[in-house]
Amino acid sequence: MKEFVLIFRNSTNPHGNPSPEQLQERMNWMGSIAAQNKLVDKGNRLSASQAKTVQPGNVVTDGPYTEIKEFISGYLIVKADSIEEVVEMAKANPTFKTGGNIEIRQILTPEDKD
Amino acid sequence: MSEQGASYRELLPHLFRLEYSKMTAVLCRHFGLKHIETAEDIASETFLKATEVWAVSGIPENPAGWLYTVAKNKTKDYLRRISLFETQIKGAIKTTDYEPGPAFEFNRQTITDSQLAMIFAVCNPANSKEAQICLALQILCGFSVEEIADAFLTKKETIKKRLLRARATLREDNFQIRALDEGIIQSRMEVVLRTLYLLFNEGYFSQSGDQLIRKDLCSEAMRLALILTESPLTNTTEANALLSLMCFQSSRLDAREDDSGETILFEHQDRSRWSTELIEKGNYYLVNACTGNELSKYHLEAGIAYWHTTPTGDNKWEHILQLYNQLILVEYSPMTALNRTFAFAKVYGHQTALKEAEKLELTNSSYYHSLLAWLYADTDIDKAIALYKKAITLTKSATEKKTLQREIDTLGKRKT
Repeated sequence: MKEFVLIFRNSTNPHGNPSPEQLQERMNWMGSIAAQNKLVDKGNRLSASQAKTVQPGNVVTDGPYTEIKEFISGYLIVKADSIEEVVEMAKANPTFKTGGNIEIRQILTPEDKD
Repeated sequence: MSEQGASYRELLPHLFRLEYSKMTAVLCRHFGLKHIETAEDIASETFLKATEVWAVSGIPENPAGWLYTVAKNKTKDYLRRISLFETQIKGAIKTTDYEPGPAFEFNRQTITDSQLAMIFAVCNPANSKEAQICLALQILCGFSVEEIADAFLTKKETIKKRLLRARATLREDNFQIRALDEGIIQSRMEVVLRTLYLLFNEGYFSQSGDQLIRKDLCSEAMRLALILTESPLTNTTEANALLSLMCFQSSRLDAREDDSGETILFEHQDRSRWSTELIEKGNYYLVNACTGNELSKYHLEAGIAYWHTTPTGDNKWEHILQLYNQLILVEYSPMTALNRTFAFAKVYGHQTALKEAEKLELTNSSYYHSLLAWLYADTDIDKAIALYKKAITLTKSATEKKTLQREIDTLGKRKT
């Protein structure tokens, strides 16, 4: 099996004030993947407010801000036989209800050629 | 006389189970783990003497006290022989690492301390999980090889071999049974808890048909977990969570079986046969467990077991599902995956749960097929029956086969 990172993007902060129902849906989604023994790492939520970007020439900016563009709100790692299978997993995620999207990237091992 | 004979035959196995392991633990603490066989020999000889003497002169007033006095004298004799050998016979040859320690007593404190230390000695990470459980049963619980083999549905020879290897590891280990310090507790607590958890499950979910042995396993696991919570050194929130889980589970032990020994599924159990005393104890230890910030798998499982004791309503199954969601993130196991799907069906209905269930692909598990069958039962009876039949071919347990066959019969009647 190969491993894939799921990168969650949002334009509104999903960690701000989620309703109990939203939390339940997210947990159900993750629980479902874990129940198939395909969750490698439950990842982390990423802060929307404590964020800075360091650029060339010692330029440090705040953000990215949620208002400006889609920012990464979290990630997790799953394993699957194919990227198509991961696409199906991702489709069931509740993030689409609140305007989020999910980027899927295969993790390369030293043997892999991209 | 015959009456006396009968009562001593009933009392002795009980006393043996209770006192043998305590006696061995105290003696082991005295002699060191390397000499565990000596400790066991003395304990065995003591019980042998009891069978001989009590058969003739009846049971003494304080049987346990009698046993400990005999054990103490036998130990003194042994030490005297050893010291004679060491000083007069071996002469100038350097003595072994054995040094007779100060005189020891079998009092309540030494018994408790020794048992606690023995638990940590037995749970040696160098041994496999199976070996640890076998050792625990033999050394901590006084089970015979035959009883262990029965509990595991394994051949006696296999258990014997497993124990031999495990005991060799134990003897070679430099574990100092006398000094139970924080370092040892920290490094072994996890293994200790897991061993007790598996020991309990072995009894609770065992495929062995012997109901008595299964209950013994459960109560022994609880006795050892209780020892942990009673010592300030080991009274952790996790230990409390584990004991709470055990209390909740065993509160249903009697309700799980009908008079003919057949399994009664959770949903059909007579709740008045659940032990309220054990449920209350479960609540007590669960409250203790929740005093810190730790959230171990024992906490989660105790939480699930707690919700099972409550009546339906109050979003009971939502709570159970969420706990299973967390549990499966902490540690994957096929059983947790299946139980989670069961809870999912309770919340979202059989149709939605079918999709979840089919993703699990646990095709070698009888439980997987019976779960699918249960989910299909309302919509596709033929398929459900076929799945139950498949489940029967996959289980070794006679009790489970019977339970599954009953489900098939019920479905068959519904069809006609």
